[in-house]
Amino acid sequence: MESKSFLGRRLRLGAALLILSTGLAGTAHADTTPATATPVAQAQVENEISSFILDNGMQVVVIPDRRAPIVTHMVWYKVGSADEPPGKSGIAHFFEHLMFKGTEKHKAGEFAARIAEIGGSENAFTSNDYTAYYQTVTPDALESMMEYEADRMRNLILTDNVIGPERDVVLEERRLRIETSPEALLSEEVNATLYQNHPYRVPVIGWMHEIEQLNRTDAVAFYNQYYAPNNAILIVAGDVDAGEVRALAEKTYGQLKRGPDLPPRLRPTEPEQNTARTVTLTDPRVTTPSYSKTWLVPSYNTAEPGEAEALDLLSEILGGGMRSRIYQALVVKNGLASSAGAYFSGTRLDVASFAVYGAPRGTAKLDEVQRAVDEEIAAIVKDGVGERELEAAKDRFVRSMIFARDNQSSMANIYGASLATGGTVEDVQQWPDRIRKVTAADIQKVAAKYLKAGNSVTGYLLPAEPVQN
Amino acid sequence: MTKLFQMTRVSAFAFLLALGAATPVPAFAEVAIQEVKSDKGITAWLVEDYTVPIVTIRFSFQGGNTQDPPGKEGLSELISGLFDEGAGEFDSDTFQTKLDEAGAEMRFGAGRDTIYGSMRMLADRRDEALDLLKLAVEQPRFDAAPIDRIRAQIVAGIVANARDPETAAQVKWQEALYGDHPYARPDDGTEETLATITVDDLRAYHKAIFAKDTLNVSVVGAIDAETLKRKLDDLFGELPEKADLRPVPMVDLKLGQEVRVDYDLPQTSLQLAFPGVARSSPDFFPAYVMNEILGGGGAFSSRLFNEVREKRGLAYGVSSGVVTNKYSSGLVIRTATRSDRAPETLGVIRDVIRRMTEEGPTEKELAATKKYIIGSYALNNLDSSEAIAATLLSLQQEDLGIDYMQRRDALINGVTLEQVKEVARKLLSVEPAILVIGPAFEEGTKG
Repeated sequence: MESKSFLGRRLRLGAALLILSTGLAGTAHADTTPATATPVAQAQVENEISSFILDNGMQVVVIPDRRAPIVTHMVWYKVGSADEPPGKSGIAHFFEHLMFKGTEKHKAGEFAARIAEIGGSENAFTSNDYTAYYQTVTPDALESMMEYEADRMRNLILTDNVIGPERDVVLEERRLRIETSPEALLSEEVNATLYQNHPYRVPVIGWMHEIEQLNRTDAVAFYNQYYAPNNAILIVAGDVDAGEVRALAEKTYGQLKRGPDLPPRLRPTEPEQNTARTVTLTDPRVTTPSYSKTWLVPSYNTAEPGEAEALDLLSEILGGGMRSRIYQALVVKNGLASSAGAYFSGTRLDVASFAVYGAPRGTAKLDEVQRAVDEEIAAIVKDGVGERELEAAKDRFVRSMIFARDNQSSMANIYGASLATGGTVEDVQQWPDRIRKVTAADIQKVAAKYLKAGNSVTGYLLPAEPVQN
Repeated sequence: MTKLFQMTRVSAFAFLLALGAATPVPAFAEVAIQEVKSDKGITAWLVEDYTVPIVTIRFSFQGGNTQDPPGKEGLSELISGLFDEGAGEFDSDTFQTKLDEAGAEMRFGAGRDTIYGSMRMLADRRDEALDLLKLAVEQPRFDAAPIDRIRAQIVAGIVANARDPETAAQVKWQEALYGDHPYARPDDGTEETLATITVDDLRAYHKAIFAKDTLNVSVVGAIDAETLKRKLDDLFGELPEKADLRPVPMVDLKLGQEVRVDYDLPQTSLQLAFPGVARSSPDFFPAYVMNEILGGGGAFSSRLFNEVREKRGLAYGVSSGVVTNKYSSGLVIRTATRSDRAPETLGVIRDVIRRMTEEGPTEKELAATKKYIIGSYALNNLDSSEAIAATLLSLQQEDLGIDYMQRRDALINGVTLEQVKEVARKLLSVEPAILVIGPAFEEGTKG
């Protein structure tokens, strides 16, 4: 759960923000009516997305966007926090930091200096299911980015004198993001309660006491197990064409030896859940109470055909923005809430989650907000959704992908996240068609099947002292 | 949410105000900017592009929080929440439904010095979308129910943060830095000031601020210049000629003071504010280059980053930024560090500052930084329609000229080592204002 959902700030997010974050938005072939037929049609042919696999098993996806001489180069590894060995929480993310420490050929800082020299930018991120590294540069620097990135895939040098300070940096990162934020602390605990057996219960950044113990041996073992071309996906988006990228990729990444075959990513699975659980955090920094209620639901990767799309649309109609039922009922009409909504995080390798949230406004009480949200869910379970609101939600999803095409790095992220969690290029491209096929009955069905009061986790963030109205 | 709980290596540590407004621009032949002037005299900068079938428009009026009348703080914030809450003959619900049906995203927001709006739309629904934008700009309704609702949401935000030490600290910090200048006031206002705002105040603000003489417009996407001319007149042609702005004085940051919010936290936030230089000053580029070397956000290689993070692991993020608001400027360093090592961190920062003041950068650092600043402009500012539109708008606001991108490289290459050293001495030898949020400590003690 993201801390945002707990904040009592007014929810003025445009629908698009939330739609884009559903993860599977994006394609080069959005089936929209072209406005000015010729240039658009032409652009679609030119910007055809292609995908191929190098001999050593590395998958490559090329997303051309020739408008500006800019290219986004990303390498995604199919390893995230949920793949960590027990007791080593945080190693995936800590290791991501260590990837910036230098190799035999290129000492620490050299890669960064090369990027800075051309004005480029770089960063990396870790999630439950994947870890990605990226640079945004001019096209003439692509080859050298590939050379550096391929080099650090296998040739990193890790010594204790870089490990120590970097572990301190990560501990500060945890303090910054989690320890100093009541919302983030609660969300960790909700997650650890929602997932009873699956490693998604462990925070991506790791538990404090385990991060403190991570060492060089752990890092090297993790590196050797997961960092190999056959566990990586290269995504290149921007001012390039597929032939050019293939040649460069073969010259750089293609020279790396295939690593040992990795076993299937089978993580411990969730037992049947039959309890309603509650997690409460009180904190003196909190003035306005807020809550969230979360259920386990299938992800795009685990769902029966159409169910994840139905859950995505359910979250949009129920609470995905200012036109949603929850927002209209609680924020606009009866004024109970200052913020309220719903979201579905479906881009996961394993079991995903669906949440509703809210915070009261003025003299309203938190339990009134909760009851009103429950009523909105019950109404969909009982009567389903209307054709008009369903069409409007579908339109928003489909157009979010046209808007996504305006930004090469969002396209790269959409494809990377999907491919690293069991999806294919075709899955992403066909997402709008699958969204179009969802019926009102499908949505009613997933609401009834998954949003049951008896197996959810409710998180409360409460003031330490009562607030006088 | 795909990015749910992702951890990134470097936090943005945003200097939105600073970099958003101050970041200048390089030669980028591919972005061909057309100046479009409508019959009614509205000027816009256009980048025509049909690759993706969308159109993005962004515009601003001078105004923003500084134009909130005394005692009515929060007015700009409130009004910017009301433009999609009913306009012309459409009430809030009807307006939003039409906007959604047109497939358009409309946003308004208030900064310190401007109030701005934007719309992103599908090219084939452009006319419908722009008709709605015209209504919002020209005839916002300010109906009672949306006013009360948006006001209540802003108040809810204020109340929710009332016991948050970071929020309390920001309020104290702004007051300490800006004294009785409008910049000292909280953007959202307070519960009390918001309560005094009436529909007449909103109408008066709209009438005074939404005027042609301070309007800037940028447009990117699938639209040609002739069509845009007509659309500009539609959108803005009926607005008053001249804005009626209350005067705002220039203000120097009040430095040489310490602001503390003592609170038992595991991590201490530190900010150090130094004098800055105005965007129009000849010292701007030397200061900009110097800041980049000191703690610029772009590269992983700034001096602060190396000393505080890389060598000592004292913080996750540390950076400095130049702030160039219309009426004030500054240079601000920020970090957050383990509380028991806060004195050490502050000591390291002071050492970095001292070294920059006494020795300045090396020739090598200067050369590398110039390259970075030149190359990064296009990569950071021109990578999507929205980024291009925002960049073109800020060039207009800062009056830098339509050829700025062609001139920028030379402006940066012209900066000499002596200029950078001089500006470092001038800005950084002043005793800064320091903000400390966390457990109390004495500077000079070792944690």
